[in-house]
Amino acid sequence: MTSAAITHPPDHTDWILPSRGRVGMYVLIAAESAIFLIFVVAYIFYIGKSEYGPMPKDVLDLPIFNTVCLLSSSLTIHLAIRALRDAKLGAFKLWWFVTLALGTIFLIGTGREWYRLIYEKGLTVNTNLFGTTYYSLVGLHAFHVTVGLTFIALAMILALLGKVQPEHSERADVFAMYWHFVDAVWVVVFTVVYVVGR
Amino acid sequence: MASDSIAIGAIDEPRQSASEWLHGWVTTVDHKRLGILYILYSLFFLVVAGIEATIIRIQLVVPHNHFVSPEVFNRMFTMHGTTMIFFVAMPILFGFGTYLIPLMIGARDMAFPRLNALSFWLMAFGGLLLYFSFVGGNGLYGAGNAPDVGWFAYAPLTSRAFSVGHSTDFWTLALLVSGIGSIGTAVNFISTILCMRCPGMTLGKMPLLAWLNLVMAGMVILAVSPLTAAQIMLCVDRYLGGHFFDTQAGGSAVLWMHFFWIFGHPEVYILVIPCFAFASEIIPVFSRKPIFGYPVMVGATVAIAFISMSVWAHHMFAVGMSSYGNSFFTITTMIVSVPTGIKIFNWIGTMWGGKIQFRAPMLFCIAFLFQFLIAGLTGIMLGASPFNWQLTGSYFVVAHFHYVIVGAILFTIFGAFYYWFPKMTGRMYHQGMARWHFWLFVIGFHLTFDFMHIPGLLGMPRRIYTYEPGRGWDIWNFIVTVGTFVQGVAILFFVAGLIWSMFKGEPAGDDPWDAWTLEWSTTSPPPYYNFAETPVVESRRPLWDIKHPEDPDWKYE
Repeated sequence: MTSAAITHPPDHTDWILPSRGRVGMYVLIAAESAIFLIFVVAYIFYIGKSEYGPMPKDVLDLPIFNTVCLLSSSLTIHLAIRALRDAKLGAFKLWWFVTLALGTIFLIGTGREWYRLIYEKGLTVNTNLFGTTYYSLVGLHAFHVTVGLTFIALAMILALLGKVQPEHSERADVFAMYWHFVDAVWVVVFTVVYVVGR
Repeated sequence: MASDSIAIGAIDEPRQSASEWLHGWVTTVDHKRLGILYILYSLFFLVVAGIEATIIRIQLVVPHNHFVSPEVFNRMFTMHGTTMIFFVAMPILFGFGTYLIPLMIGARDMAFPRLNALSFWLMAFGGLLLYFSFVGGNGLYGAGNAPDVGWFAYAPLTSRAFSVGHSTDFWTLALLVSGIGSIGTAVNFISTILCMRCPGMTLGKMPLLAWLNLVMAGMVILAVSPLTAAQIMLCVDRYLGGHFFDTQAGGSAVLWMHFFWIFGHPEVYILVIPCFAFASEIIPVFSRKPIFGYPVMVGATVAIAFISMSVWAHHMFAVGMSSYGNSFFTITTMIVSVPTGIKIFNWIGTMWGGKIQFRAPMLFCIAFLFQFLIAGLTGIMLGASPFNWQLTGSYFVVAHFHYVIVGAILFTIFGAFYYWFPKMTGRMYHQGMARWHFWLFVIGFHLTFDFMHIPGLLGMPRRIYTYEPGRGWDIWNFIVTVGTFVQGVAILFFVAGLIWSMFKGEPAGDDPWDAWTLEWSTTSPPPYYNFAETPVVESRRPLWDIKHPEDPDWKYE
């Protein structure tokens, strides 16, 4: 026995399987969702359980501008990849850069918020339960934004060097799934931390 | 590779120097080599954790024993449990999956070979990190070395106040690192199974091993991620002074229990489902019949996966949940036994009327059927919350879960070893040694774990360092320890048999079992490209179709 080929009946010319990049990314997103779910559950469970202040309603402001920036970066990355698919490299670089800029603005905004909370309001991880859960959940999300921005910056450098071509649009699309996921998580974090938890 | 007898396999490689050989293994991304690395790594830790179990049992052999100090005893049961679950059982099953899945679905490698290597090395270094605690766990406080908080590390035992030094940090980081490796493996398994199947292998024609590993990988994604999240929280508590599990600041110790067991109970099924997969491949081949009720087997596995995600709090009946909570988790625990029972029925249905060949892999699978049934029965007993209140935290519980993990999981892993050993090495195992291994292990297993139920029923708590004489526990503890040594001797037969067979075993040929799945159609061991031509399949048993062109399976499926 040397071969397993069986040619009867031979009708497998149209044998098409899902893209492994997409499936892999969907599964990774499922795993990440489970991690975030646990942090969100902990956050909700501990709302109002802090023994002493500062309390969320005293120190948190709605980060509207930040949210708008991050959510619109989902649209710009989509436009960038559509431009790449259509071989409009100039438009791709423009939209990709806008995505990078919007993500960076979001991170800077988070940094400013944390600076204010730590130095003006005196809230750190070990101040109270609110501090612990707030910095963990928002920090976990910010970490994911940072990872995403690292990849976006890397692709930006490659694009400026002329290494990103229309045949890479599938890979960019798989990465965009991650970026959309990070944005979707922000919707949940925003709702839980700044709306429900306040 | 041996030089004295017939050349095995089809790999035509020039002779390598030792450093080239080592470099080849360390940098490999080949799923077969990584699979073997996983398996060897787990076997090493099996011996280590086995020695830890032996130390526990020697300490408990007679009342008022002082074989080790109480501190060392706590470290031993913690390291034994953690090692066996995270660095023996999971990697060994991932190893078999990594080795077998591409071969069984007619692929040349996994979907992401480099991720595969990353996952293995993350898990390997996670294990090293855990054991480095023996050296580095003292920390600045000079207190403690190895972790001693038990394998589920309940709060507040893990807080800085009660766990000084770095031992608990090593535990947390080891599980965090290996958990990320597990998630990588699961991503790879699912992508491989969904995206790399050879032409003709629709989902309904996949070997059950691929199906069950698909389900297992889905469970890893949903269950190991919460553990990773909980370990991050514990790190925040220990390093940054957070209050997640700090009851003095309003935190909740029970929340850790929930988070741990949301991982912990599905974990049992993550371990046992690949073992179901081994049984589902081995039992049909040695009964000379196709598997009975293939679609039902798949459906039952998916049902187990779903239901087992909602039973976790049956580990927590004693913490004082509401009566609704107790009822819910009792009912779901009872329900999970239904699809499990269906699977046992189907394996017996496969054997029914077959020409059963009592070879070593089949012997282990038959023992698995009996022992898994008993483990399930004590599981139903413990799943009833009033009964559980009586026996929680006793040796009855220890006996129950060892019946699952040793009696079901380890037995089928041994069966899988003997079944695929000829494929992995090209040589047949030593049959006499395998029989000695089987019978000694059966005797040792039953001496240890049958009799361990009794001191549990008599009220002996788990994890106690020693006990008073005259409570009726003495004789049972003595028998249990004797059984441990019989198992140890059996393991010696296993290891010696494998090493002997590696070098001196009979050449096995490509298909020693007259089996039906694709891995037996290539050479033993398979070439690095697996299949010279991509196979095309028409049924669940492609090799049957080749061997019996006059009566192929695809006419009936």
